[in-house]
Amino acid sequence: MSGQENPAPDQRPIPAVPGANGGRSRDQVTRDTPTRGPARPLPYVIAGILLAAAVVFPLLPQMYSFDSPRLGGMPFFYWYQLLWVPISAILSSFAYWLVTSEDRRRRREARAAGAGFEGGERP
Amino acid sequence: MTRPISWVALIIVIILFLIVAAMGFMAARWRRSEQATGLHSLDEWGLGGRGFGTWITWFLLGGDLYTAYTFVAVPAAMYATGAVSGFFAVPYTVVLYPIIFIIMSRLWSVSHRHGYVTAADFVGGRYGSRWLSLAIALTGIVATMPYIALQLVGIKSVLTVLGLGSAQNAFLTDLPLIIAFVVLAAYTYTSGLRAPAMIAFVKDILIYLAIIVAVIYLPIKLGGWDTIFGAAQAKLSAISPATGKPAGVFIPSPTNYSAYWTLALGSAMALFMYPHSVTGVLASKGRNTIRRNAAILPLYSLMLGFLALLGFVAIKAGTKPIDLNGTANPQLVIPQLFLDAFPSWFAGIALAAIAIGALVPAAIMSIAAANMFTRNIYRDFFRPDANPKTEANVSKIVSLLVKIGALVFVIAMDQSAAINMQLLGGIWILQTFPAVVAGLYTRWFDRWALLIGWAAGIIFGTVSAYDVVNPATHAHFGGSLANIPGTNISVYIAISAFVLNLIVAIVLTLVLRAFKVPQGADMTRPSDYGADETDPRVLEIEERQHGFVEPGGPSPVA
Repeated sequence: MSGQENPAPDQRPIPAVPGANGGRSRDQVTRDTPTRGPARPLPYVIAGILLAAAVVFPLLPQMYSFDSPRLGGMPFFYWYQLLWVPISAILSSFAYWLVTSEDRRRRREARAAGAGFEGGERP
Repeated sequence: MTRPISWVALIIVIILFLIVAAMGFMAARWRRSEQATGLHSLDEWGLGGRGFGTWITWFLLGGDLYTAYTFVAVPAAMYATGAVSGFFAVPYTVVLYPIIFIIMSRLWSVSHRHGYVTAADFVGGRYGSRWLSLAIALTGIVATMPYIALQLVGIKSVLTVLGLGSAQNAFLTDLPLIIAFVVLAAYTYTSGLRAPAMIAFVKDILIYLAIIVAVIYLPIKLGGWDTIFGAAQAKLSAISPATGKPAGVFIPSPTNYSAYWTLALGSAMALFMYPHSVTGVLASKGRNTIRRNAAILPLYSLMLGFLALLGFVAIKAGTKPIDLNGTANPQLVIPQLFLDAFPSWFAGIALAAIAIGALVPAAIMSIAAANMFTRNIYRDFFRPDANPKTEANVSKIVSLLVKIGALVFVIAMDQSAAINMQLLGGIWILQTFPAVVAGLYTRWFDRWALLIGWAAGIIFGTVSAYDVVNPATHAHFGGSLANIPGTNISVYIAISAFVLNLIVAIVLTLVLRAFKVPQGADMTRPSDYGADETDPRVLEIEERQHGFVEPGGPSPVA
């Protein structure tokens, strides 16, 4: 799991030098300059479903409050919940990948657009 | 009763403690930049320079959230009462990370833009209400104090098992605890958040080592998980003479379901409202650092799950957790298990891991509570013009006072007082959730409605917790579960108080909106909530636009 420590080169933060992209210079950035372009809903919806699953399923004891089947002598109740730890980590990792890819696209767009639109990020 | 001193284990604990103390003092010079010299601001002293990457944050948050008390109390609960009050810690720490994945990156972004150091800073800036901010800060400080005291309870259980202390001489019993805490206070004062961040490496590696070895070795020695679960089932389903009911729960039955999942959910929602969690998050370098951590921190949950099962291992091993006064104290069960089952040098390493495990969160908690006092009480109400250096100095001194308070708490009062207060603290801290988390997404709520909702939740939660009577001892604050009023569904009190809080806040917002009560000024902009580390801070933008900055930065004044 610790392999995610160093982000791949394309995962590193985009430097905020709007002037370099032909937009405004750094001095013209105001409080309302958007930090990200408008969002596409799909990645957020999928990530939301994955994360909601990781919250809801471990909270349903009616689904796992049984003794059998046992695994290596451990009742189902215990090993099933321990199994949700890696499952949740995998779901979160996938949600991370979805959300950050979209986030980077929005940031790149906001910087390339320069003074593309005003009034902050759109919902 | 006096226990024999286990010299080998004791010496190893002392050596590891000295190593960690030296690291704590050296940490003042760790990752130091030009501005950081002397740690003359809250960003440097209280947030370690706001520059911790994924790896350091992983150790820091792991060391921060999985405290010594967790290591002692979760297996103790498994040992004494079984799954509902013990194993809920597993779903609790599983659902925790999706929740922080969703909310904490937004809190990081807005705090980065505005230089917020505490959650109360954010609430003050968002709602333009220093009274709401004060409510958040007071809740945070009051909930944190007993939590620090419980870290001392964790150290104390280790010292008792090692044979330090006697029932006759109370001062000698507490002396090692006092020495440990004075050293802790000194390096927190000089090094700030860098000290626990550095010590967390040692603590976590020792803890992982101890638990991996125990989880592999002990079941082999005791005849496999089959016999361990068999022994646990036999003990927990035995009928207790005091109550006429089974002593504990081996596998929850349908009547326990609502208690089980509300305990897990309520604890998960509450944990990241605690000041020390927010401090760990805001000390990270970038918006996505915390999200990456949401994917890798569950490794600690796996460890916690196996640690909980060691409570069952202790049942099978026949561990006898006898306290100094001769009574059984489940809190001693894990230290005692390590001392009985392992050679004393390895027991020393495991016990040191628990003791050091108390120092990391205690340091972060005292820093976080001190930051809240400085920003949201001292600056907002007494010295609006305080400069960063004054803020850092005030915080350093308050961090000492907070630790002394916790020490007095543990030494002067009964241990159960700290546990009761911690139970209440969890209920109280969840009542700050609507103001903080809703504020990250919407300004719809009215500040006064949130404040009254908070008060309603606190009062309801406190009264409900007082009314829970322990069936064996007839003492108040006998547990954290109560029926929803008017039903016989048993739930975690924090959750029912939270629902009441939310309903009050929604209804009053509609009422106040109808009467056109003025809204406070919102210092934040939509762009703030998506800002990353490369986006300029508000101060930098204003400096470029106006050529000057107000001393002390923008102050959230009502």
